[in-house]
Amino acid sequence: MAEHHSESLYMKIFYYLLVLTILEILVALPTYAPLAKGILLVGMALGKATLVAMYFMHLRFERVTLGVIAFTPLAICVFLVFMLTPDLGAVAHKTTVPAKQTTGVKH
Amino acid sequence: MSEAAAMHAGHAESYESPLTPESWGKLGMWVFLVGDAMSFGTLLAGYGAIRYGSADWPKPYEVLGIWLTAGMTLLLIVSSVWMVKGLAAIQRNDQAAFRKFIGLTILGGAVFLGCQAYEWTHLIHEGMGFTGWTLHTKTGEVLTGASLFGTTFFIITGFHGMHVTGGVIYLLCILLRGMSGAYSATNYNPVEILGLYWHFVDLVWIMVFTFVYLL
Repeated sequence: MAEHHSESLYMKIFYYLLVLTILEILVALPTYAPLAKGILLVGMALGKATLVAMYFMHLRFERVTLGVIAFTPLAICVFLVFMLTPDLGAVAHKTTVPAKQTTGVKH
Repeated sequence: MSEAAAMHAGHAESYESPLTPESWGKLGMWVFLVGDAMSFGTLLAGYGAIRYGSADWPKPYEVLGIWLTAGMTLLLIVSSVWMVKGLAAIQRNDQAAFRKFIGLTILGGAVFLGCQAYEWTHLIHEGMGFTGWTLHTKTGEVLTGASLFGTTFFIITGFHGMHVTGGVIYLLCILLRGMSGAYSATNYNPVEILGLYWHFVDLVWIMVFTFVYLL
């Protein structure tokens, strides 16, 4: 980071983070579709993380290669989630009632 | 051989600039943080898988205090701002402001740890254990038995808390060195590297707060 970044930029990022945190709580408190809530919350969290990495960690002002290195864990973790998905699809209680209650004849 | 001569000779690759112009230390910290991010990513992915596979996973915000942790989130964000202000101060050779802001950052980290200690004590007192629990939710329900809720909660927040503890010690070391005049407008690289670590701890908490508390 050769150039020194203005402190007003840091304050601007701080206000973005503050607003996003408040929005996150407002989105999290009511009960509604879990998928919509998940997408909103994860989206906002990723937005906040990006702001911190780009401006506080100066990634935006570094060489692109460093950005690629920093991005690697996110890509690998997304890959990991996809690798776990087949297992998650086979969770018993998501498709049937718990085993201890299935002694009687069903249907 | 001068740089100009090298350019003429076409050996651009041997003069390839480093990833971080100032230091290899910064690259070293980034590589460490990338590995650390994968540890956290794996913990969170594992948490997600366990939670999805559970038939009776409670709603975290009914069990965990969301307001205390929202405050802790803000505290870490504010301490990140103090950290960048500390770096900006040393970059203009303002030693007093540097000490003030690094000191405030340490305070932020210490208060965060205090809040976490309070939260853990409170939850353990409420009946939350590492392998099971007896919990009274706000809706009046009593949940007992073995559960991975506490396991994942204590491991993830504990792993993060250890990072904050390490960060506070790291900040103290840099502050102590800074007080003997080790850093200046021309020598602030260690402060910037410290900042990377501290912002990373903040970044991870943003994810932990979302996945463990809000979702």
